[in-house]
Formats: sequence, C-alpha cells, structure tokens
Amino acid sequence: MNNINFQHHQHAHCESGVTANLLQHEGIHITEPLAFGIGAGIFFAHLPFVKVNGTPGTTFRTWPGAIFKRVTQRLGVKIHAEKFSTPDKAMKALDEALSAGKPVGMLSSVYYLPYLPEAFRFHFNAHNLVSYGKENDEYLISDPVMEEATRIAYGDLAQARFAKGTPEPKGFMYYITQVPKDVDFAKAIQQGIKQTTFFMLSPPLPWFGNNAIPLLAKKIKIYPQKLTSRKAAIYLGNIIRMQEEIGTGGAGFRYLYAAFLQEAGSMMKRDDLMEKSKQLTKIGDEWRNFAYLAARQMKDRKSDLVSFDELSEVLIQIGQKEKTFFKSLEQLKW
Amino acid sequence: MPQDALEYKDRDKLKKLMYAVGKDGKYTGVGSAGWEAENIATQQAWDVIEEELAETAQKVKRGEVSPVAYFMLKKLMDVTILARYVGKWQWQVKRHFKPSVFYKLNDTTLEKYAAVFGITKTELINFGKEKPL
Repeated sequence: MNNINFQHHQHAHCESGVTANLLQHEGIHITEPLAFGIGAGIFFAHLPFVKVNGTPGTTFRTWPGAIFKRVTQRLGVKIHAEKFSTPDKAMKALDEALSAGKPVGMLSSVYYLPYLPEAFRFHFNAHNLVSYGKENDEYLISDPVMEEATRIAYGDLAQARFAKGTPEPKGFMYYITQVPKDVDFAKAIQQGIKQTTFFMLSPPLPWFGNNAIPLLAKKIKIYPQKLTSRKAAIYLGNIIRMQEEIGTGGAGFRYLYAAFLQEAGSMMKRDDLMEKSKQLTKIGDEWRNFAYLAARQMKDRKSDLVSFDELSEVLIQIGQKEKTFFKSLEQLKW
Repeated sequence: MPQDALEYKDRDKLKKLMYAVGKDGKYTGVGSAGWEAENIATQQAWDVIEEELAETAQKVKRGEVSPVAYFMLKKLMDVTILARYVGKWQWQVKRHFKPSVFYKLNDTTLEKYAAVFGITKTELINFGKEKPL
C-alpha cells in the first residue's frame, strides 16, 4: 500500500482540526478557526435530564459530525461518508480508501486510543482522527490533538471505531472526493455566522443556545440544597471538563470562535468583525474566570471561598453578555 | 498561556494547542502543558472513580453486590454502556448486580461479561472471594 504524503498539524479541537487537515491536503488553504466558524461549531446546551455517567450533560459546541458536513457543503467540496454494520467491513472499506490514495477521517472512542495519555481516556465516543496509510498491521494516524503524527494497531482502531454507548460511531468514516477550482470563503463565512446566531438565539426551548446559560445558572444556585457536597463537586467538575474539552483554553470554544472572527475580519477587510472578535475574547475571559472559581469551590468544598450563589451570578452575567454579543453579530450587514 | 503540568496518568506528556491573543492583538495557537482549573477537574474525575471502585470492592466482599458492578466501574463504564457491550437490556445488567442472580448465571453470559472486562470467567466469579470457587 502506498502511503499518502499527508501533513499532520496539531489543532485545538478534533473535528475542526480534522476538517482543516483534510481540506489542506486537497490544496484548500483553511485554518482551524476558519473551519470552526464556517462549520458553526460554537454553541451552548445544558440538558439536566440527559445523564452521562450520572452527571447532567453540558456542551459548548455543536453536535459531532456537524462541522465537517457544513464546511464541505459551504465550500462546495464533495465528500463520501459511510457507516458500517461490522468492524470487518469498516476496516476493509478503510483499507480500500487508503489504497485509492484518500486520507480518511473517522469517528472513534478515546478510550481505545493507546497513544493518548490515560488521563484523557474515558468513554468519549465522538473523537475525530485521520488515517493516511498502513504499515504492516499498523495504521498511520493524524490525530489533531497530538503534537506529532502517530500509529495505532489494527485491533485498537477497530475497537475504537465500534465503541458502544452514546453516541455509537458504527465505523463512521468520511473522505473528500472532489474539490472545486475556486472556493468562496466570504459567502461560507457569512453562512456560518448566520447559522451560529440562529442556533444561539432562536431555540424556543430552555436547554439549547443562549437560554441554557441562565438555566445552568439557576441549577447551580440550588446545588447546595439538592445535592450532597460530593455530588455538587462532581457536577461542577464535569462543567469545567466540558469547558476545557481538549484544547479550548478553558473558555468553552469562545477563544477559538474569536480567532475565527478575527481571521474572517482580516480576510474580508471588515473592522466590525475584528471588533466582534475582541468582544468575544473578553467574554471568553469571563468563562475562564467561571471555570477558575468553580474549580476553587470544588477543591475546597467545606470553605465558603466561592459560594454557589456567586458562581450562579457569574454565569448570569456571561449569559446576558453573550446574548447581546450574538444579537449584534446577527445584525451585521453583509 | 498557563503551563501548569499535571503529572498524573501521563497528562503532562501531551501539550495541547490553544488559541490565545499575542502582544500584537493577533490570535495564534500556543502549546499548553495544562491549566490549574482543568487539572483540578481531571484529578477529581479520577479520584471519584478510585473512591467508588474501592467502595464497590468492599461491597463485593461483603456480598452486597456482584463483581459485575466492580468491573464495570474499573472499565469506566456505566449501566448504559455495559448493557450495549454485552448485548443485554439495562434492567438485566442491573439484575446481574445482585449476587443471588449473578452466581447462578450461565457460562455464556459469564463469558460475555468476562470478555468485555478483558478478564477470564474464573477471575470474574472469584473476585472478592476469600476462598476461590
């Protein structure tokens, strides 16, 4: 099997990272922040009734798979994506795509990726990585969270692609089949921003978008009444971990989106986007401060260094600022 | 960019990339060894698992729950995930937490659990027993 000359680049987030790496391989010059913004990656949701390992679900980004799909659609790039019924079929299809010279993106569970530090290896089943070749019984892997390209054994990759739980990757893989001669970044950026403001501001339900921030604030306020101090600490810990999911800088993807707005602004020569980037950076700093205060509360449960009321108040402020921010983003003239 | 390395389960072996504003006001990707708040949360998540694992091991020894409950935690699973791996309903898995039910399970079911946990059937049924069966 001929190995593909694939350039691995480390990124902050797995899906926007894989998207950028795959598109760059096809000669499209796109950075991770651009992929994240065009793919409308930023989001917020809090689902008190969906328990993951007994802890309510909180997310700071859109659902898995959405970024790659949206970016390729918006740039007019054609892709092939497929799920499989058995590991054998999924691995065979991977080998065939690699033989045809295609780097292949895949969904996997971090639990079965031995090259990652054990500290990260929970049953998180929506991790994206790229394989770009096979040597003996090992696959050459470009995992965007890693500094360098790595390798994985056939058996480990098969297990990672067929992990069970929520969600189940079912061997999901994807690759690029055709790229257009010219890509219209300006239009794609505009579409991405419009979708982001829509998802942040329009859901009439309390669990999704900006509405979910005051919802989480309300829940945190009553943690001391509803939960044991141990459980309350576990809940807070989970929010922090989601906020710092792999490499977001603790701001729940807000810095990554601010980096996108800045790049879009300089690309399109628009000062208003540059200004929006600065505003979001400040909001990102407040998210970081929230994580920092929450961690202090968690670490020293008995002391009242930081009260749950205070944490709740910080979140309410963030929620209001983000609402104003996304409204102003929605009103930009194109 | 914080560089708070956490020497725990190889966490410090990986430098993550993060976006931060430089002196010129421009965003760039920077490698970070870790951040205090994140480290506290990571450490806590593992401490909780260790605590629950130790508690459950005691419960198995006292005959209050079956080894299935112990190995499920050891594999960082919950009932939802384990049920999918062994191809059972969640209520069935929960029933298998009862020692009275577990020690009467047929070999096929025991083998299935053992395979998912990466141990042998004998290791599974003998866990927590002073006198191995």
